[in-house]
Amino acid sequence: MSAVAIHEVEHDEPVTGIHHRKLAIWTFIGSECLFFASLISVYLVYKGKSLTGPFPKDIFEIPLVTAGTAILLFSSFFVVLALDALRRNDQTKAKIWLGLTVLCGIFFAGMQVYEFQHFVHKGLTMQGNLFGASFYTLTGFHGTHVALGTLWLGTIFIQMLRGEMSPKNAINLETAALYWHFVDVVWIVIFPVVYLMN
Amino acid sequence: MATSVIGQTDIAAPAHAASKTGLWSWLTTVDHKRIGILYGASAFIFFLWGGIEALLIRIQLARPENNFLTPDQYNQLFTMHGTTMIFLAVMPLSAMYFNFFVPLQIGARDVVFPRLNAFSFWVFLLGGLFLNSSFLMGAAPNGGWFGYANLSSRQYSPGLNMDFWVLGLQILGIASLAAGVNFFVTILNMRAPGMKLMRMPMFTWATFITQLLVLLSFPVITVALFMLTFDRFVGTSFFSVAGGGDPMLWQHLFWVFGHPEVYILILPSFGIVSEILPVFSRKPLFGYAAMVFATAFIAFLGFGVWSHHMFSTGMGPLADSFFSLATMLIAIPTGVKIFNWIGTMAGGSLQFKTPMLFAIGFVAMFIFGGLSGVMHSSPPADLQQTDSYFVVAHFHYVLFGGSIFALTAGAYYWWPKMFGKMLNETLGKVHFWLMLLSFNITFFPMHLVGLNGQPRRTYWYPKGLGFDLLNLIETIGSLALAVSILVFGVNIIKTWLEDQPEPPADPWGGATLEWTIPSPPDEWNFAKVPQVIARDDVWEKKRLEGAAWTPEGRTDGKGIHLPNPSYWPLVCAIGLTLTFVGLMLSRGPVGPWGIVAGMSLTVLSIFKWAFEPAH
Repeated sequence: MSAVAIHEVEHDEPVTGIHHRKLAIWTFIGSECLFFASLISVYLVYKGKSLTGPFPKDIFEIPLVTAGTAILLFSSFFVVLALDALRRNDQTKAKIWLGLTVLCGIFFAGMQVYEFQHFVHKGLTMQGNLFGASFYTLTGFHGTHVALGTLWLGTIFIQMLRGEMSPKNAINLETAALYWHFVDVVWIVIFPVVYLMN
Repeated sequence: MATSVIGQTDIAAPAHAASKTGLWSWLTTVDHKRIGILYGASAFIFFLWGGIEALLIRIQLARPENNFLTPDQYNQLFTMHGTTMIFLAVMPLSAMYFNFFVPLQIGARDVVFPRLNAFSFWVFLLGGLFLNSSFLMGAAPNGGWFGYANLSSRQYSPGLNMDFWVLGLQILGIASLAAGVNFFVTILNMRAPGMKLMRMPMFTWATFITQLLVLLSFPVITVALFMLTFDRFVGTSFFSVAGGGDPMLWQHLFWVFGHPEVYILILPSFGIVSEILPVFSRKPLFGYAAMVFATAFIAFLGFGVWSHHMFSTGMGPLADSFFSLATMLIAIPTGVKIFNWIGTMAGGSLQFKTPMLFAIGFVAMFIFGGLSGVMHSSPPADLQQTDSYFVVAHFHYVLFGGSIFALTAGAYYWWPKMFGKMLNETLGKVHFWLMLLSFNITFFPMHLVGLNGQPRRTYWYPKGLGFDLLNLIETIGSLALAVSILVFGVNIIKTWLEDQPEPPADPWGGATLEWTIPSPPDEWNFAKVPQVIARDDVWEKKRLEGAAWTPEGRTDGKGIHLPNPSYWPLVCAIGLTLTFVGLMLSRGPVGPWGIVAGMSLTVLSIFKWAFEPAH
C-alpha cells in the first residue's frame, strides 16, 4: 500500500470531504491574501507621494513585463494540464507540461531579476524614494513567492522524472498547483495596479 | 517502514514504548498533548518573568520622584512586560489548552499535521528566547509594545533594542500562523463521527474563531514588521517623514493587527469559562447558538474597530464616528455572552470548586474591563483617558481579570486530565481569594490616578499631585498578587511531589469528550473513536444509559498507528531563528554568514521533513 493511502487510513476521512493538505493550502492562501492586500495597500497609499524621482513613468517598460505576465498566465494553464495528465497517469505529458511550468517560473523570476537590475541602473533604489521602496517590496515579495513555487514544482518535477509521481499522490501536485495559481492571481492584480494605472 | 505496517496490528506498540521518556522524546515529540505541556511550561516561565518585570515597574512607581530604575531601564521593562505578557504568556497559555484539549474535544487522535504543530512550538520558544536574549546584551526593546513609528526608527532608536523587537515578533508570527493553519484544518477535518459544528464544545468553537483571527490579522503585522525592518536595516523611508513616509501608516497597520489580537487573547478564555460554568452549575450552557454567533460577531467586528486606538491622532469626525459606532456595537455580542454566562448559573446547583470560583471571578472582572472599554469608544471621553493609567487599568481588567483568571480556572479544571493529579482545593481557594483581592487593590486605583492625569509609560512623577498614596497602594497590591501566584506555585509543587491515586476519568462530571478517557490520556487518546450523538455528548449518553455508562478504561493501544517522532521540526525552527540572528547582526561581518547558514538549514530541514515517513 502506498504512503498516501496510509495517511488517509490513519487520519480517517476528512470530515469536509476536502483532503487535509488541500484544505490547509486553501487556508494558507486565505491568510496570504491579507499579506498581499497589505503590501498592495501600502503601494497605493504611497503612490504619487515620492519626493524625488525616478517616477513610474520614467522607468517602466511595459512590453517586457507584459511578456512576463503572459508567461506566468500560461504557466498556470500548463500546470492544470500537468495535473490532468498525472491523474490519467499519462507520465510523458505530465512531464512535458510540468517541465514547461517550471521553465515559465524560472523565466518569470529571471525577468524580474533583469528588471530590478535595469531599474537600479536607472537610479530607482529602495532608499531613494517611496516609489522605489514600495515597488521593490511589493514585487520583490511576489517574486519570492514565484521562486519558492518554482522550487516546489521543480521538486515534484524531479520526483516525476524518477517515477515517484502517480495518480495516487497527485494531491502533492494539486496543492503546489493551487499555490501556483494563487501567486499568478496576485500578479494579475499587481500588473495593472503597478504598471498600467499611471 | 510506513509502507508495510498497516494491517499488522502488533507492530506499532514497540514504537510507542521507545518514545515515552527522556529529553530526546520531548525534543522529537509530535504528540499534541506533550506539545501542549511544552507550551504551558515555557509560557508559565515567561509569565513569571513578565511578572517580575511588572514588579520592578511597580517598585519604581511606589514613591514619587523615585530613582530605583533609570528611565532607560524603565522603558525596557514596560516594553518587555507588554510584549512578554501578550506574545509569550497569554497567547501560548491559550495554545497549551487548545493543543491539549481541542483534539480530545473533537474526538481525534492528534492534530492534522503533528510535525507542523511541533514546529510551531519550537519557533515560539526560540522566538521568545531570541526576544529575551536582548536583556543579556543590555539592549531590551524600549519603544513600547506597539513600536510606534519614529520611536522605532534607526535615528531615534539606534541600538539593537528595537532590532530585537522587530525581528523577534516576526519569528513569533511564524509560529502563530503555522498553528493557525493547523488548528483551523484540524477542527474542520478531524471531528469524530457525529461531531457536527453546532455540537462542538464552546472551547473548540472559540479556538476555531481565534485561529481565523490569527490567519487574517498576522499577515498584516508581518508586512508592517518587514517594512520597519527595511527602514532600520536597508534605509527605506516607509515610516520616516524626512523621506516622505507617514508614521500614521504604521499605526494603521499595527492596529489592523492589534485589535483582532486583543480578541485572540480573550476568545480562548471565553471558551474556557463557557466549559467550566455549565459543569459546575450542572446545567447546559445557556444559549449555545447565541454564544457561537456572538463569538463570530465579535471576531468580525474586531476587524472594523482598529482606529479607536488612534482617536487622539485627529482622524476627523467621519472616521471617529465610524470607529466609535463600530466599537460600541461590540458591546452587544459581548453583553450577550455575559448574560448567557449568568443565565447558565441561574437556577443551577452551583458547586463552588476552585475552577468555578475563578470562572465567576472572570465574569465579574471582565464586566469591569468591558465597561471601561465601552467608555473608550466615545472619542471625547477617550481623549481624556488615552495614554493615562485609566487605559492601563482597563486592559489589565480584561487581560488579567479576564484572560489570566480564565486561564487559571482552566488550570484547576484540566489539571487532573493533563497530569493525572488533582490540585489542592484549599490552596486553590486561598489562591483565588488572594488573587481576586490583590488584583483589585493593584488595578482599581489605576482608574482613579488615570482620570486624575497620571500618564502611562512615565517612570517618574512629582510629589503632591495626588498620585502618591494610590500608587503606593497599587504597589502593595502587586506584591500581594505575586504572593497569590506563589501560592499557585506551591500548589503545583505540592501536587507534583504528592503520591496521589490516579483520578477518575471524569472527576467533575464533565460534558465533553476529554472526560471519557483516562486521566492522563494514553498517547493515542481514544482506544475507540467516539460516536457523538448530541451537544454535551457525555451528559446525553449518561441520561440515556444511566448507570450503564462508563468512561473508557486504559488499553494497550495495540493496532493504533501513531505519527512518528521527528527532530526536523526542531531543526527547521533552529534554522529559521539562526536566519533572524544573522539578520540582526547583518550590519557586521558575521551576520551574512548567519543568514546563509540559517536559510540553508531551514531549506534542508524542510526537504528532510517532506520526505521522511510521517507514520
